Amino acid sequence: MLTKRIIPCLDIKDGRTVKGTNFVNLRDAGDPVALGALYAEQGADELVFLDITATVDNRKTLVDLVRNVARHVNIPFTVGGGISSVADVSALLNAGADKISINSSAVRRPELINELALQFGSQCIVVAIDTREVPGESGIEHVVHTHGGRKPTDLRTIPWAKEAQERGAGEILLTSMDADGTKAGFALALTAEVSGSLSIPVIASGGAGTMEHFTEVFTTGKADAGLAASIFHFREIGIPELKSYLKGEGISVRP
Amino acid sequence: MKTVIIKYNAGNVQSVMYALERIGAGYLWTDDEQEIRTADRVIFPGVGEASTAMAYLRDKGLDRIIPTLKQPVLGTCVGMQLLCRSSEENNTTAMGIFPVDVKRFPAGDQKVPHVGWNNLTNLRSELTAGMSDNPYVYFVHSYAAPVCAYTVATCEYMVPFSAMLQKDNFYAAQFHAEISGKEGQQILENFLKLS
Repeated sequence: MLTKRIIPCLDIKDGRTVKGTNFVNLRDAGDPVALGALYAEQGADELVFLDITATVDNRKTLVDLVRNVARHVNIPFTVGGGISSVADVSALLNAGADKISINSSAVRRPELINELALQFGSQCIVVAIDTREVPGESGIEHVVHTHGGRKPTDLRTIPWAKEAQERGAGEILLTSMDADGTKAGFALALTAEVSGSLSIPVIASGGAGTMEHFTEVFTTGKADAGLAASIFHFREIGIPELKSYLKGEGISVRP
Repeated sequence: MKTVIIKYNAGNVQSVMYALERIGAGYLWTDDEQEIRTADRVIFPGVGEASTAMAYLRDKGLDRIIPTLKQPVLGTCVGMQLLCRSSEENNTTAMGIFPVDVKRFPAGDQKVPHVGWNNLTNLRSELTAGMSDNPYVYFVHSYAAPVCAYTVATCEYMVPFSAMLQKDNFYAAQFHAEISGKEGQQILENFLKLS
C-alpha cells in the first residue's frame, strides 16, 4: 500500500543549515549532509533542502551541496530556492537532486513549469505555493505570496494549484503562512480543498507541532505527505516515534 | 568487474552512479557498442517520457544492441518499460524483451502519478534475496506493466502491477532502487553479485 510520506525540511544559507538544530550526536549540527543522512537513517521518506539566500553567488555552493547530499543520502530529495531557469534545474538535477521546487519564478512566468516538465519530466517538478488568508469582498481569500512570503500576488491558491498541475507540475508543496511557525496544526481545510481539486500529490507544510497534527493532515487534510522543520531539528518529535504513532492510528507509513 | 550504465537522454543518472559508489562499485557511463557488449553488467536507467527515450535509443542504434546482450541487464523505471513490448505513453513501440504492454494507471479516486514508498509482494527474484518480506521501495510513475508470466515482484496501486520483471539475463524494476534506502541498495548489490 502506498504510504504517507514524512518529510523533514532543511533551510540552507551559504551551504549550511540554519534555524538551528538540537542533535547532540551530530559532530556538526550545521552540516546539511550529516543532518540529511541522519534523518534518512531514522526513516524520513524524503528530504527538502531550501536555499533561503538563493543569490547568484550562492548557486555554486548549492550545486556542491546537492552533489554531497546525493553522494551520502539514499532517499529522494528536493531542492528549492531561487530556481528560475532550465539551466538552474539542469545543474541541480545533474548534481544528483531528484526533484526541484519552484515558487516565485513560476508565478512570474508560469510557462517555466511547462518548459521544465517538457525537458525533465513532471516527476521532478514540485511547485511550491505559499498562501495566506486575506479578507476579501466575499469572505476569506487564499492569496498566493512570493519572495519567501513577502509579496502578495493576484493569484488565488486553488486556481493557481490547478494551473500548475495543468502546466505539468508533478507535486504541490503547499505552505500555509498563517499556520507556519504556530505549532498549532496544519491548515486542514485548505489542504483538503487543494488536495481534492488536484490529481497530483500534495505535500502539506506549516504548523506541525504534535504527532496528532500529522494524523489530522493525512485524514482530514487529505495530504499525501507532511513536511516539517523545527519539530524534527529540535527533537520535539522523533521520526521513528512519529511513524510508530501514525501506524497505531491506522495511517499507512513506511516502517 | 566492468559495470556499464547505458548513456542516453535519461534524466538523473547521477543518483544511480552515487548509489553504485556507496556500495563500492565502479562503473562506466557510455553509449559505445563495444564497451556495452564487453561489460559484465549493464544498467539501463530511465527517467522521463517513453517515446522520446525510445527515439533517442533508435537514433543511437541502442535499440538493436540491448536485446542481443547476454550478460545480466537491469532496466529501471522507464528503462524497464522500454524493455517491454509497448507503452501507452504516446503509443510507443518498445524493445519487446518482455512480451507485455505498459498501461497508464486507470483514472480513479487515486492520484496519478504513483509517487512515494510502496511495498513489494510475491518476491521471486535473486535480486530480492536478503530483503525484508514486504519491502518498501520508492516509485514515481504514471504507467506500469501488468502482472504477467515474467513478474517476479508485485506492487499494488489501484491495480496490481509488475514491480519487477525477469527473463533470462534481463532484469527490470519499476521503482528507483538507487534512492530506496537500504532495501534498494540490497537489490543493486544482488545484481552485481549475480553469477
